[in-house]
Amino acid sequence: MAGRDDMTATNADAAAGAGAASVPALEARGLEASWDGTPVVADVSLALEPGEVSCLVGRSGCGKTTLFHALAGLTRPTAGQVLLHGREVTGVPGSVSYMLQKDLLLPNRTILDNVCLPLLLSGMPKRAARDKAKPLLSRFGLEECADRWPSELSGGMRQRAALLRTYLMDNDVVLLDEPFSALDAITRGEVRSWFCGMAAELGLTALVITHDVDESVMMSDRIFVMRGNPQAHVPSMICGVVEVERTCSAAEAQDAGFDLTPQFISAKAAVKELLGS
Amino acid sequence: MAASGTQGPHAPQRAGRTPRAGGPSHVRRALVPTFTILGLIAIWQAVVDFGVIQRFLLPSPTDVLSALVGDWALIWEHAQTTLVESIAGLLIGVAIGFVLAVLMDRFEGFYLAMQPLITLSQTVPTVAIAPLLLIWFGYGLAPKIILIVVTTFFPVSVSLVAGFRSTDPDVIDLLRTMHATDLQIFWYAKLPAAADQFFSGLKISATYAIVGAVISEWLGGQSGLGVYMTRVRKSFAYDKMFASIVVVSALSMVLMGLVEVLERLCMPWKRAERKHQ
Ligand SMILES: Nc1ncnc2c1ncn2[C@@H]1O[C@H](COP(=O)(O)OP(=O)(O)O)[C@@H](O)[C@H]1O
Ligand SMILES: [Mg+2]
Repeated sequence: MAGRDDMTATNADAAAGAGAASVPALEARGLEASWDGTPVVADVSLALEPGEVSCLVGRSGCGKTTLFHALAGLTRPTAGQVLLHGREVTGVPGSVSYMLQKDLLLPNRTILDNVCLPLLLSGMPKRAARDKAKPLLSRFGLEECADRWPSELSGGMRQRAALLRTYLMDNDVVLLDEPFSALDAITRGEVRSWFCGMAAELGLTALVITHDVDESVMMSDRIFVMRGNPQAHVPSMICGVVEVERTCSAAEAQDAGFDLTPQFISAKAAVKELLGS
Repeated sequence: MAASGTQGPHAPQRAGRTPRAGGPSHVRRALVPTFTILGLIAIWQAVVDFGVIQRFLLPSPTDVLSALVGDWALIWEHAQTTLVESIAGLLIGVAIGFVLAVLMDRFEGFYLAMQPLITLSQTVPTVAIAPLLLIWFGYGLAPKIILIVVTTFFPVSVSLVAGFRSTDPDVIDLLRTMHATDLQIFWYAKLPAAADQFFSGLKISATYAIVGAVISEWLGGQSGLGVYMTRVRKSFAYDKMFASIVVVSALSMVLMGLVEVLERLCMPWKRAERKHQ
């Protein structure tokens, strides 16, 4: 059931987004994930509120991707559970949308067919899938690229295409593994603002991995900080959660100069302290 | 293929290795080999015309050409047999190689069982088993086609297995989060990943096919370029011998050309990739 929350589960979906008293969109309880028998992450518990964008930060190699694989059901955690809207989905792939660290566009399919992929795989006929995806291309700034090959696109465009493909997986919870890391600093800010606007508009619940502390504070309501050293057999854990006090929406943060506010600076300091740097 | 999934940082290196095809270098690329071949033919002609080598031992290029023209009707008739055997053997060989590769990719046990056998089959000299095949299957088309099948399935199955195994595991994970079935993973990820290597294998197989046909005809039969060669050799008509060699080379090149055309048709995205990397 709904863990710490004291509400009734029946009207949970109706009340989604109405406040703290709802079933988490995605919840992990005591999750442990391993590679070759060595635990990489241990005892991870976290809950994402519906409609909330959160970040997961941690040093390179601390096990963020490993945790995402477990949350997405690609690997079976060695301990613990994953719940989607209160329903157990541990080890079941495809319950949440997952954008992996690389854009992974198929080189032999046009951009339109690449973003159609989740629809085609679910058995939708090609024509119907294209009709559904086409209107969305312009919203993702890809209308010119429908019939191009992935190799013909810039990094930013490829990333948008991967995001649109993730969106068409049609789950309300999305996991994004360093979605902006392949982009240069300027494009990065733009794509991030655009993504935050999109997420807010669509009411997505998102957990975003980044190793960039500034980025995490710019875009999220809450930041989960992960710490540990799996190489030295110290499994990583969530060592703290930082709530960001927002003065404006995440989509406007860049333009409004949120990074100059005391709220930004104190959140950043809190994250850095938890990271131990 | 696998490499094209991870563009970004690798792109500049590639651009450095493949020089841009500007006007002059394009012409050069066509002219240099043409003049080399023409030069060698001219030297050959001179060597025979000036009596450095006796004409009955080595016919000159013009002798070969007139033999080719004079005996064309007969040569063409024999060439057709060779072509039919080669194409039939190649098609069957490719089909068997494909099925073997799919099974080897799907079942680890089958892979372990077949790998040494397939390699072993390639160490058996063609000339040694051809007479046996003639004894077992008679002097018709069957032993020739079987010999071609035996020599052509190998490059295809080996290159396909390697290609299937080169599929980016992250792509497979991505497809799994989209509820892909094994068959869909094969169709959307593995087959395209293997396409490049498949066609390199097919090109090798195509040349093996013609050569294999000629060798088996040589050892017995009523028709085919190999049969023609044994006959003209017995009558010491070396000009006709060379004429048939020219035809064998030409057939091999035509077959390779066809494979290349097929490759371009099947992989239209390669052109864009070459241009943009
Ligand atoms: N395929 C793998 N096989 C074995 N160990 C792995 C594999 N992938 C990652 N690891 C180990 O798990 C640890 C965490 O990796 P990862 O989750 O990719 O970290 P992050 O995403 O935080 O950079 C690393 O220390 C690495 O040694
Ligand atoms: Mg990672």
